[in-house]
Amino acid sequence: MSPTESDLPGTAPLLTVRGLRKAFGRHEVLKSIDIDVRRGEVVTLIGPSGSGKTTVLRCLNGLEVPDAGVVEFGGELTVDFSAQASKKQLSALRDRSAMVFQHYNLFPHKTALENIIEGPVQVQKRPKAEAVQDARELLARVGLADKENSYPFELSGGQQQRVGIVRALALRPQLLLFDEPTSALDPELVGEVLTVIKELADEGWTMVVVTHELAFAREVANEVIFMDGGVVVERGHPDTVLRDPREERTRQFVDRLLNPF
Amino acid sequence: MTANWELVWSSLGPILMGAVTGTIPVALASFGLGLLLALVVALMRLSRNPVLSGIARIYISVIRGTPLLVQLFVIFYGLPSVGITISPWPSAIIAFSLNVGGYAAEVIRAAILSVPKGQWEAGHTIGMSRRQSLVRIILPQAARVSVPPLSNTFISLVKDTSLASLILVTELFRQAQQVAAFSQEFMLLYLEAAVIYWIICLALAGGQSVLEKRLDRYVAH
Repeated sequence: MSPTESDLPGTAPLLTVRGLRKAFGRHEVLKSIDIDVRRGEVVTLIGPSGSGKTTVLRCLNGLEVPDAGVVEFGGELTVDFSAQASKKQLSALRDRSAMVFQHYNLFPHKTALENIIEGPVQVQKRPKAEAVQDARELLARVGLADKENSYPFELSGGQQQRVGIVRALALRPQLLLFDEPTSALDPELVGEVLTVIKELADEGWTMVVVTHELAFAREVANEVIFMDGGVVVERGHPDTVLRDPREERTRQFVDRLLNPF
Repeated sequence: MTANWELVWSSLGPILMGAVTGTIPVALASFGLGLLLALVVALMRLSRNPVLSGIARIYISVIRGTPLLVQLFVIFYGLPSVGITISPWPSAIIAFSLNVGGYAAEVIRAAILSVPKGQWEAGHTIGMSRRQSLVRIILPQAARVSVPPLSNTFISLVKDTSLASLILVTELFRQAQQVAAFSQEFMLLYLEAAVIYWIICLALAGGQSVLEKRLDRYVAH
């Protein structure tokens, strides 16, 4: 189940975000953010904590409702948050993407397989047999074929996050959103999760990844966006932003991540 | 005092009959109805609608702030004076259900709030409505947390049904009272009643452990 072959990288824009704003009370978390993601492209959001990068993802998946801004999806859905967005529009936007959470958020009372088929069967009303078959194929692809009957507590963090990724894939979204997918993992488990994400990128999945893993961003991303204080400070090719940034703030942030001491 | 074993034996029949035809069915019916009511009240209390949560708050406050015996008497002896007459059995079940509804609502509310917010968010991201997330994701997890406190409520209820003897429901304690009045063996009959209540509650506590084990199968030990 990979995106269709017409979705070649760098062709048509899948997602266009203009002027996205969000405040919590009097605290402005996002001050007019613009983002473009083309089909098959990987965009990574980096920045210090509190910079608003996670809020961007949450707005795209409808976990937060922005105060203003326009989100255009695939040229067929436009949601203008400056006007009153309808419930129908919000759920249409939500259904086009799927989120992978920092803390996995698997359903602890369901097995790995049950976690994965919950959305396809209960929400999308797909036949259960088909959903199960899909889920098994996806589990096998992330190396968890033998874990379908395990409950989340029986899995390591890395395994849980791979189930989380499969749960998102099983929804067949057009866009994958990763919110610091490796930040809660023990260091030795980070690699197995990043490998899976990289393979998905190679297969042509479109994704927006919030991460602190600069090596991953450099290798996988088509574009790196550095955010700070609710604004985009710098964006561009990873080689530029991560090796030779124009902005002093970007340089300081990257230096701190590379040389923590 | 020498125990009158013959009386113990002969009174066992009517007292157990009172338990089987009175105490146990009243407790089961009241607990079932009370839990349904409690779920509704808990959801109202959690609602963002101030009218709904206000009604729930007042209801819980009244139930917890007044004696169960008074609630029972208002329904059975009080309501007839405003033209509503309810016979003993339904009166008892209504009073106990309303009482469980108030107490268990707070248990269920706390259990729902104990489920991490990320579970609602995971439900949202796979496309669920809030109602779907509640039913399929949140409540099953809340159920596990609420088994011990709800077992408390149920065990209290079983003992509280003895109050129904005061509105003429023929249950365990009323049977014991009648034999005691007739035989004048008060100590013996009331201790006998106490032991039978205790045995019923022991069985319930056993049921609680079984249920807890069953629901614990998906958490780390």
